[in-house]
Amino acid sequence: MALAQAHLDYPHRRYGMDHDRYGWSMLTDRPPVRWPGAKPLAVWINVSLQHFPMNPSASLKLAGSMTMPYQDLRHFTLRDYGNRAGIYRMLRALDLHGLKASFAVNAELAQRYPSLLATLVARGDELLGHSWSMDTPHAGGLDPEAEAALVQRSLACLRERSGQLIRGWLSPGKLQSPHTPELLKAAGIDYFCDWVNDELPYRFHTANGDLWNLPLATEIEDRFVVMDNLHAEASWAEQVIDAFEMLLAEARQEQGGRLLSLSLHPWVMGQPHRIKHLETVLAHIAASSEVWQAAPGQIIDAFASQQAQAST
Amino acid sequence: MKADTGHYDYWPYLDRPKIRWPNGARVAFWVAPNIEFYELAPPVNPARAAWPHPYPAVPGYSIRDYGNRVGHMRQMQLLDKYGVRGSISLSTALCTHHPEIIEMCRERDWEFFSHGIYNTRYTYGMSETQERAMILESIETIAEHTGRAPAGYLAPALSHSDHTLDLFAELGGIYSCDLFHDDQPTPLRVRGGQRFVSVPYSLELNDTIAYVVNKIEPRRYGQMIKDSFDRLYAEGAESGTVMCIPTHNYQVSCPHRIKAFEDALAYITGHSDVWVTTGREIAEHFIAHHHDEALADIAKKNGGL
Repeated sequence: MALAQAHLDYPHRRYGMDHDRYGWSMLTDRPPVRWPGAKPLAVWINVSLQHFPMNPSASLKLAGSMTMPYQDLRHFTLRDYGNRAGIYRMLRALDLHGLKASFAVNAELAQRYPSLLATLVARGDELLGHSWSMDTPHAGGLDPEAEAALVQRSLACLRERSGQLIRGWLSPGKLQSPHTPELLKAAGIDYFCDWVNDELPYRFHTANGDLWNLPLATEIEDRFVVMDNLHAEASWAEQVIDAFEMLLAEARQEQGGRLLSLSLHPWVMGQPHRIKHLETVLAHIAASSEVWQAAPGQIIDAFASQQAQAST
Repeated sequence: MKADTGHYDYWPYLDRPKIRWPNGARVAFWVAPNIEFYELAPPVNPARAAWPHPYPAVPGYSIRDYGNRVGHMRQMQLLDKYGVRGSISLSTALCTHHPEIIEMCRERDWEFFSHGIYNTRYTYGMSETQERAMILESIETIAEHTGRAPAGYLAPALSHSDHTLDLFAELGGIYSCDLFHDDQPTPLRVRGGQRFVSVPYSLELNDTIAYVVNKIEPRRYGQMIKDSFDRLYAEGAESGTVMCIPTHNYQVSCPHRIKAFEDALAYITGHSDVWVTTGREIAEHFIAHHHDEALADIAKKNGGL
């Protein structure tokens, strides 16, 4: 018994990463970051608005997808609940605390529920591409031409219906194929949020030129903590507040500029028994005078302008 | 396949010869940061897939990369604050990929022990010759980059063969972290007859097991560490115990988790009679002062002598 020799060969053992998508860099080695208004901590809240079809066809099932034999009414309607009731409860909570969020929107949802999209557009909040639906994962093995069409169709729909430029992208389940970065860059995307390997934006290389990766943390997101880890809602709020305080303390130091990214789902945190825990978190953020609460595009712009200065 | 590891005999946690740690400490306390490199496109082991998603497995790969880019420094600063020298469970390819991390740990006189070359290369299916070559290369890499060969071994991704411990003992190692059968060091039987011991690591307090497998809330994890310490500290008044916190820079260092870890570290290091040490120092002390007595007691309790 033995493994093939390839299992003891290490062709990518070299300085830095074992791929060419981005350079190796420790957070603490970066130039200082200064957010607008001399605020030490940027806070970005993103709400994912998602459509889970009742007849999924993708071979890879994302978290939240149907799990029962057709018709899986329980999961279809429970996800739909987020887009009917949960989101409006969540918007009220945000408004009550004077906080803004960005919204990553499945294009099919924008098409299905124009009044929901109109509400978001009227608020003036930034929208991000979120592919067509939660049944269109951009996973490895997806045919490149089919994926190109999927990116085009999703962005065209969201751009046309929202009237927004749509610079940002969040892949469903944060999955990418080997071609996703090239396709997004070609489609006019400036930044995506899929790689959770950092707490600040960094340059991500594609054959079509660089774009930014702005990490949207998974480990602290509502769905991951409450639905995957099965932690109590009060524990989730405590965890977010611990993260906030830890990042704020670090941001007050010389290097400055830290970012708390908070990922929310109305089908999770928009439930009546959970919303008060979101409100606890929002109240904590809103009570701080040291926070720059910003949309992801603003964070990219602020960060990019400093990087340009730092390199000249 | 064997029904038992064969590396140790039954030895009740009762009336054992007293273990005396330096300066009369009750507990030998060590922290073992796993500093790992996971490959984006490893060769596919026939027994175990590295990633749950097709290439590129962005979710799994990127959070582990977070550990090295962001988490390492946070954990290191915390260990500095509480006077703990880490005992690093090292994917030795990291010496090449991220030498900055190795250098910082070396400056702090941290211990480096072998955790294989990559945490995406499993022992499963290797011939004995292949496994020996892999372990030897990991030993040589640590010696080259840190000036000292490793004393300990934790198999990559906890993947083992029938000969893993035998091979490491033959290649000069003195302790294993792979067995979870005790709260005190125990002699291990290896085929070459070397003096070789198990140093209690911990699966239950391993942050990845706690957070990923057992899905424990951060503050409960901190409380578990404190509770574990309280009991081992109390028992350590009778005979020295070992407590290890195995960590991963992509788990314990996340902003929502590090407070709970800091609370636990402050609690433990706030006690007197704690020997804050490394895996190697525990193994060396046990081998020098308690190993032979332990062997004799084990033999007696199993009906010998």
